[in-house]
Amino acid sequence: MQIKETAIAGTLESSDIMITLEPGSDGIEIDLQSAVEKQFGREIRALIRETLTGLGIAAARVTAIDKGALDCAIRARVKTAACRAAGETVFPWGAVKK
Amino acid sequence: MKLRRTMLYVPGNNPGMIKDAGVYPADCIMFDLEDSVSLAEKDAARFLVHEALCTIDYPGKELLVRINALDTEMGREDLEAIVRTGRATIRLPKTESAQDILDCEKEIARIEKDAGLVPGSTGMMAAVESAKGVLNAKEIACASTRLIGIAIGAEDYVTDLKTNRSPEGIELLFGRSMVLLAARSAGIDAIDTVYSDIDNEEGLRKETTLIKQLGFDGKSIINPRQIQPIHEIYTPTEKEISKSLLIIEAIEEAKKRGSGVIALNGKMIDKPVALRAQRVLDLASAAGLLKRREEA
Repeated sequence: MQIKETAIAGTLESSDIMITLEPGSDGIEIDLQSAVEKQFGREIRALIRETLTGLGIAAARVTAIDKGALDCAIRARVKTAACRAAGETVFPWGAVKK
Repeated sequence: MKLRRTMLYVPGNNPGMIKDAGVYPADCIMFDLEDSVSLAEKDAARFLVHEALCTIDYPGKELLVRINALDTEMGREDLEAIVRTGRATIRLPKTESAQDILDCEKEIARIEKDAGLVPGSTGMMAAVESAKGVLNAKEIACASTRLIGIAIGAEDYVTDLKTNRSPEGIELLFGRSMVLLAARSAGIDAIDTVYSDIDNEEGLRKETTLIKQLGFDGKSIINPRQIQPIHEIYTPTEKEISKSLLIIEAIEEAKKRGSGVIALNGKMIDKPVALRAQRVLDLASAAGLLKRREEA
C-alpha cells in the first residue's frame, strides 16, 4: 500500500484518535499529541508504526491527536486513514486474519 | 436456552460506545454498520468493529453485527471484515426473500473457508422491514440452518405500508404476528423492533408487555436505559416461579417412579405445561432469582 495523498480518519471525541496521514520520504515520522503521552506515548507510536508497516507502508508523515483511544481503535483509525490515503476501497482482509 | 430479551444497538463508528458496550446488562450487543453510520464513514466503522471484535472481550454477551445490504459493495466488504473474526452473528437488514438469505449464506461460507473457520460456525439473523419481507417471513425463517432468529424492523415497514407508528401498534400487529409465526415454525427466535422514544419509559413498558404476550423473545434497543424495564417485564413473578418449580419437581418425581402419568394438585402435567414451566425457570435464572432463592 502506498500513501498517495493526505487523508484523515477518526475524531476528537473521547476514546477516539484522529489520524492524519501524508506522503513522506524519510521513513515513518509521527507527531503525537496525547493526554497520556508520558505514560503511553511510546506504545502509541509503536502501535501506529507497526500497523503502517503491516500494511507495507515504509514512508509516511503521521499526525495523531489521541483522546484516550484503545489499541483496537488506534489500529482501526490508522488502517482507515491508510486506505483512504492510498485510494484503496477493497481491503485485503485475509492478510490480517487473527 | 439463550436469552435474547435485549439486543443493544451500538453505532459502529463510535469507539467510546464500543468500548463501554459490555458494561451494560443487555443480553446481546449488536454493532451497527448500517443506518447509524454515514456513507462517508462506512470504511471507518468496518475497521473499528473488526478490530474491536478481534480485541475486546465481552463476557457473557452474544455479539451481532448489522451489515449493509448485500446488493451493495459495502455489504460484501462488511461480511469479509466481520465473518473473518469468527466472533459475531451476521444480522442481514431489509431481507425480502429466502434468496437473500441464501446469497448471504453463500458469501459467508466462502469467507469461512478462506479464513480457515469451521464451516457453518457463523450465525445469521434476518430482519424484515417491508411488506414483501413480512409476506415471505416463513420462507426467510426456514431458508438456512444458520439462522438464529428473525426480527421485524418497524420504521421501514410502516413507511412501506403508507402509515406510521401509533402508541397501540395496531399497524404492526399483522407484521409482528407473521414474523413470530415464521420464527416458531422454523424453531428460531423472534425479535421485536426498537422503541424509538427513549424518554418514554411508560410507552416502552406498554409495548414490551404487548410483544411478550404475543410471544416474542425480546426487543432490539437503542439506549442502555431501555434494558432494565424490558428485563423487568420478562422476569417471571414469584408465583410463576414457585408454580414452575413444583411442576418440574413433579416431573422429576414421576421419572424416578418410572411413571408416565404426571399430576400436580390433581391436574395433569403435559408437555406444553412442562415447556412453559422450564421457560419461566430459564427467565428467572437469567434474572438471578433462582440463585437468590437458593441462597435464602
